[in-house]
Amino acid sequence: MAEVMVVTSGKGGVGKTTSTAALGAALAQAGQNVAVVDFDVGLRNLDLVMGAERRVVYDLINVANGEARLSQALIRDRRIDTLHLLPASQTRDKDALTEEGVKRVIDELRERFDWVICDSPAGIERGAQLAMRYADLAVVIANPEVSSVRDSDRIIGLLDAKTMRAENGETMEKHLLLTRYDAQRAGRGEMLSVEDVLEILSIPLLGIIPESEEVLRASNVGSPVTLNNAQSAPARAYMDAAKRLCGEDVPMIIPSHKKGLLDRLFARRAA
Amino acid sequence: MIQTRPTRAIRFRGRSFQALALCPEAPLDAWLQEVDAWLERSPGFFGGKPVVLDLTGHDCDATSLSELVQALAARDVRLLGIEGADASLAGAGLPPFLTTGKATPFPEMAPVPAPAPEPPVAQGLIIEAPVRSGQSIVHPDGDVTIIGSIGSGAEVIAGGSIHVYGALRGRALAGAYGNSRARIFCSKLECELLAIDGLYKVADEIGAEWRKKPAMAWLENDTVKIKSFD
Repeated sequence: MAEVMVVTSGKGGVGKTTSTAALGAALAQAGQNVAVVDFDVGLRNLDLVMGAERRVVYDLINVANGEARLSQALIRDRRIDTLHLLPASQTRDKDALTEEGVKRVIDELRERFDWVICDSPAGIERGAQLAMRYADLAVVIANPEVSSVRDSDRIIGLLDAKTMRAENGETMEKHLLLTRYDAQRAGRGEMLSVEDVLEILSIPLLGIIPESEEVLRASNVGSPVTLNNAQSAPARAYMDAAKRLCGEDVPMIIPSHKKGLLDRLFARRAA
Repeated sequence: MIQTRPTRAIRFRGRSFQALALCPEAPLDAWLQEVDAWLERSPGFFGGKPVVLDLTGHDCDATSLSELVQALAARDVRLLGIEGADASLAGAGLPPFLTTGKATPFPEMAPVPAPAPEPPVAQGLIIEAPVRSGQSIVHPDGDVTIIGSIGSGAEVIAGGSIHVYGALRGRALAGAYGNSRARIFCSKLECELLAIDGLYKVADEIGAEWRKKPAMAWLENDTVKIKSFD
C-alpha cells in the first residue's frame, strides 16, 4: 500500500525541497520504491537538488493534462534505482494544475511506488493546497524561529481542513521536522528551543536536522544530503527520520552544543 | 391519659374561579331560540362548564327569572350563580347571586396564542483541538471552550465566555454580541488581543506580570481587567 506524503511548511526557504530530496533518497536507500514529485510549478527546484535538471523532458503538468504518459515523465535517479523524480514545469504557473489532473497522477503513482513524496510550494494558495490534497500524511517543516512556526501552525490548520482525508472525516497524520536547528544559538536563547516549537505546534516530532554546511554543499552539487555525505550529521538525522516514517523506533537525539576549549576555560573560571 | 378535645377548625379561604358568563338579550324567547340554534351547531358546548347568568341591564321579575333558569336547565346549562339581578329576587330554587364578577378572557374561548418563539438556548461549543493560525471560530450563541491552544494569528469570537485549556496566543473576543458579563479564561496568557463586549486590550497594553500565566479577563467600568491565577 503506497503512502502519499506531502512535505510542506507555509513559509519559504525553510528546507522543504532539501528535505523532500533527503527523505526520498533515505527511503530509497532503505530499499523502498520512491517517487518525489515537484509541485512548485513555475519555480521548480527539486530537479536541481536531485541533480536531474539536464534530463527533464516531460513534467507533472504534461502528465496531469494527458499530454505525456507517467513513464515518459518520470526520471530515474542515476545513483539509486528505486528513486524517481516527477519534475514540475518551469514555464507554467500553478493555475495550470487541476484537481482532477493531480488526482489522476497521484492515483497512478500510488500503483507503482511505496512512497510518493509531494514537495509543496511555499504559501497557502492553490499550489500548496493541491500538493497536500491527496496526501495520507504530512511532514511539516519548521525552523526554530517564530515566523516559521506560526506559518507551520497555519499549514497544519489547512491540512486538517482542505485535504481529502480531512474532508472525509479521517485524521491526517502530521509529523514535525525541525530543520536548521542550531544548538549553540538555541542554548543562548536566540532561537526557539525544541520544547517551545513542540508546545506551539503540538504534533509529533519526526526529527531534528542540525544546521550544517553539508546541506548547502549537497544542494550545490545536485545530490540529496543523505547520498552526498551519509556520515554527516544532517544526513544521519534525515536517515533516522526516514526510519521513523517506516515505523522504526529510533531514539531522538536533540543536537547539543559540543563544548569547545573556550567554553571549558570559561566554565572552569565560573566554577 | 389526657384526652384532647377534638376541636377541628373549619377553614375558609377566599378563592376565585373562572366561569362563563351568559348574557341573555331581550326578547328572551328569541334569545333562547338563538341558544338552541347554537347548541345545534355545537352540541355539548355548555356541558360541565361553570356558567354564570349575567342579567345586567335586564328588568325581570321573580317569575320570568325562575322560568329562564328552568329553560336553561332544560338545555343542560348548569348555573353556578346569577349576576346583575336585583338582590330582592334571590330565593329558594335559584342559584346564589354573585357580585364580584370580573371580566377575564375565558381560557377555552380565548384564541390559542401562537407559541412564542423560544429564546435560543445558549449552547456551549467545545473544540477538542488546537485552534491553528489563520483559523477563526465564531460562535454567537454561547460559551466556547477550547481544549488546546489558540495559535498566534488565530481568533475565537464568542457570544458568551471563552475558556482555553492551553495557551492563548491569538485573539479572544468574548461577549462579542453585546454581553459585558462574558469573561475569558486561559491556562497561559500570551495573547495578541483580548476583547469583551467590544472593549479590547492589545498585547502591548497587557503587563508582563500577567504574561505566560493562567489568567482571567473580565469587564469592569468599561475596562478590560486581568487577574492571574497563580
